[in-house]
Amino acid sequence: MTTITADHHGDHAHGHDHDADHKPAFFQRWFMSTNHKDIGTLYLIFAIIAGIIGGAISGLMRAELAEPGIQYLQTWARFSDGPSATLDQAYHLWNVLITAHGLIMVFFMVMPAMIGGFGNWFVPIMIGAPDMAFPRMNNISFWLLIPAFTLLLGSAFVPGGTGYGAGTGWTVYAPLSTSGSAGPAVDMAILSLHIAGASSILGAINFITTILNMRAPGMTLHKMPLFVWSVLVTAFLLLLALPVLAAAITMLLTDRNFGTTFYDAAGGGDPELYQHLFWFFGHPEVYIMILPGFGIISQIVSTFSRKPVFGYLGMAYAMVAIGVVGFVVWAHHMFTTGMSVNVKMYFTAATMVIAVPTGIKIFSWIATIWGGSISFKTPMVWALGFIFLFTVGGVTGVVLANGGVDDVLHDTYYVVAHFHYVLSLGAVFGLFAGFYYWFPKMSGRMYNEFLGQLHFWVFFAGVNLLFFPMHFLGLSGMPRRYPDYPEAFAYWNGIASHGYEVMAAGMLIFFVNLIWSLAAGRKAEGNPWGEGATTLEWTLTSPPPFHQFETLPVVD
Amino acid sequence: MMKVKSFILAGLLAFAPAMAMNGQALAQNEAAASAAATPVDADPRSSDPGAPADSADANVANVSAAAPAPKVAAPPRMKPTEGIGMPRPGEITLQQQFTDTGRTARWLHDVMLLPIITIISLLVLALMLYVMVRYRRAANPIPSKTSHNTVIEVVWTVVPVLILLAIAVPSIGLLADQYRPAPKDALTVKVTGYQWYWGYEYPDAGIPEFVSNMLPEDKAKANGEPYLLAPDNRLVLPVGRPIKLIITGADVIHSFAVPSLWVKMDAVPGRLNEKSFTIDKPGVYYGQCSELCGARHGFMPIAIEALPPAQFDQWVLSQGGTLTGGTAAPAGQMGPQQGSTLPGPPASEAGTTTL
Repeated sequence: MTTITADHHGDHAHGHDHDADHKPAFFQRWFMSTNHKDIGTLYLIFAIIAGIIGGAISGLMRAELAEPGIQYLQTWARFSDGPSATLDQAYHLWNVLITAHGLIMVFFMVMPAMIGGFGNWFVPIMIGAPDMAFPRMNNISFWLLIPAFTLLLGSAFVPGGTGYGAGTGWTVYAPLSTSGSAGPAVDMAILSLHIAGASSILGAINFITTILNMRAPGMTLHKMPLFVWSVLVTAFLLLLALPVLAAAITMLLTDRNFGTTFYDAAGGGDPELYQHLFWFFGHPEVYIMILPGFGIISQIVSTFSRKPVFGYLGMAYAMVAIGVVGFVVWAHHMFTTGMSVNVKMYFTAATMVIAVPTGIKIFSWIATIWGGSISFKTPMVWALGFIFLFTVGGVTGVVLANGGVDDVLHDTYYVVAHFHYVLSLGAVFGLFAGFYYWFPKMSGRMYNEFLGQLHFWVFFAGVNLLFFPMHFLGLSGMPRRYPDYPEAFAYWNGIASHGYEVMAAGMLIFFVNLIWSLAAGRKAEGNPWGEGATTLEWTLTSPPPFHQFETLPVVD
Repeated sequence: MMKVKSFILAGLLAFAPAMAMNGQALAQNEAAASAAATPVDADPRSSDPGAPADSADANVANVSAAAPAPKVAAPPRMKPTEGIGMPRPGEITLQQQFTDTGRTARWLHDVMLLPIITIISLLVLALMLYVMVRYRRAANPIPSKTSHNTVIEVVWTVVPVLILLAIAVPSIGLLADQYRPAPKDALTVKVTGYQWYWGYEYPDAGIPEFVSNMLPEDKAKANGEPYLLAPDNRLVLPVGRPIKLIITGADVIHSFAVPSLWVKMDAVPGRLNEKSFTIDKPGVYYGQCSELCGARHGFMPIAIEALPPAQFDQWVLSQGGTLTGGTAAPAGQMGPQQGSTLPGPPASEAGTTTL
């Protein structure tokens, strides 16, 4: 394995710098990169930009929903649909916003940050490898995201049915996405998903190959850090789920453009087929977003408790179990489509099973802290926030798993609250925890501890204020994807919109911290976290050398 | 045996035009709806029975136009009770239920699920607060190196399994309950979702499809009904008699949802989904479309007006329908009613004025 990697970084080692690193010139370094750390950095920058756009869109939505009635949509519609934008085009714009928010946050923020960013940066280092197995494929994985994102953003400026842009929801259900959306917008969104999917499949192949073939001597599978385990499981989920999405949306394209009727009952097809295919991908997709977060939290909890992870094998195989069971529960997203009672009973039972491995993870994290010596540095605070909020999001998942109860909660704000608790408060807390944890390693500078803590508390208050009232809205019956609502829902919607303001203030603190720390942060030593940080990245300098482990470490 | 009959009706004739030429069909729908609605303006329920006729199918409209004018006045439009069958301001719980399965399901949520998830969340919170205080660095400078305890690992695997089993038993029972097929004498109503209104047809009673559009804000307010929840024509159903809704979509997928009856069933083009329930109290029960169906997804509300059997029969007769099953009250006894309390906006107005 050593010879393979040696071949790869031989070919761009020109331009010897004054420090011992062999960094290529700017253009080659950032645009033709084969370095996993640089590509990881590119992914993180991309995810931050996408996150700003996706987050701003949710700000527009919360502004519109702050009060009953249509306040701003028609004004905004004039930007895309021209000065004579009708109310229907304004309503369509709403659907474009919800669609864009979902797709951007899933495909262009969480996934690139978790897998592309932290995965690229730390999987090779944690297993003692000099780089990824396929560095050029790594580069194309990243650069495919640029046209994918451009297509998605561009789709907002071409016709998509009633108005401009793709207003199908991130699920792109047929027939709304076929006969219900004339114009090229939905085609562009579908192509965007194709390209983003190809990017992820290439990335998944790269991670699987790297983790299975390039571990340092002595680094057996059962000694790998849990973050590496989480990325390995995630990569398998990507590899198995994304081709199904690709097939589903390819059939959408042919239904739209070439007269096929895969999803059209009038031609012998079935709209439900699309939903089955989509959710066969879509449910593993939610685990793709959260599993790397699990891995990050395990590393952080262990580091700041100065204790090894409790029940390591149970933790690793709980993730494997979540991944496997995650493939056989998809139709709980379709409980109201009119499935037979036996199918509904099966998916109810199967879905509840997932609570067991998830519970093992929660309790094992607490047991890791138990008996430890905790320091409440910013990453640890985010990790503790993650554990509790993910629990809250998880238990509402158990409620929704009951097909008979879901009948009233399906497609209401209860579901919105549930998946934002596990994703916006789960995955995103995992991202911030990981960002603060590894920021000194990646940048070579310490973040500002006070601003980091402040960011946590403001953001924590904001997102809970934002998303907890959505449980109430859902229970009392407010459907999702509505730009306007009856007077009775006004109270909790108003609170939620204020929660967004608090959350946004938290994000401002984050960006101030980020810029200040990059410019003027204290220089970070190789291991700023002390004896609890036992994984290989902390044995290197901060930032690590351009090529690490040219002599492979030996793990005992 | 208890399967919902969801058939794929390939080439369902009535839908074919709407699916093939969506835009054009839509324009026709609106034209038909506004044409059909005109008589409603003059005298809402008691005039032409086929007035709000099927907008998608010209044949049905012709048939109903040829039907003899009814001699029975419709019962007055029922006033909704504030907070019943609709969300209450600032509410944090499920809506009050008016069906058996709804009450069972709400019991499962309120008495089993909500306490269990609250206790689990509080347990996790308590454990976290305890370890955060007890094992902070100042209190516990030397960490233990414990990383395994088989007993505790088995416990936190098995106990959740038992809790889930405890939840699964009533949950599976609830599903069986919800899927119990309707008896033979159930009143069948066909519900069709259109972009963006609902169509209701009573094949048992011979009432052809009429459409239900959202009331504009001023009309809803004048009517004492909640804006965005109130449509012009309601789905009128009898109390105490089993009802079987056959739900389908004409263009894209919609979802027929009434929270206070625990009803939510997708209206899928090319499929006939079935939902059975029995309403046990007269009242107006509001709902909203619950599957993204395009621009005016948020503006195609549902209202069910549940009437005592006698009044329901009167309503059937007033629509030119015939009585089948149930308790049929002689039509003459009811006397003339003030059907005109209905402000009666044209069926299409809610749609076209917003354009």
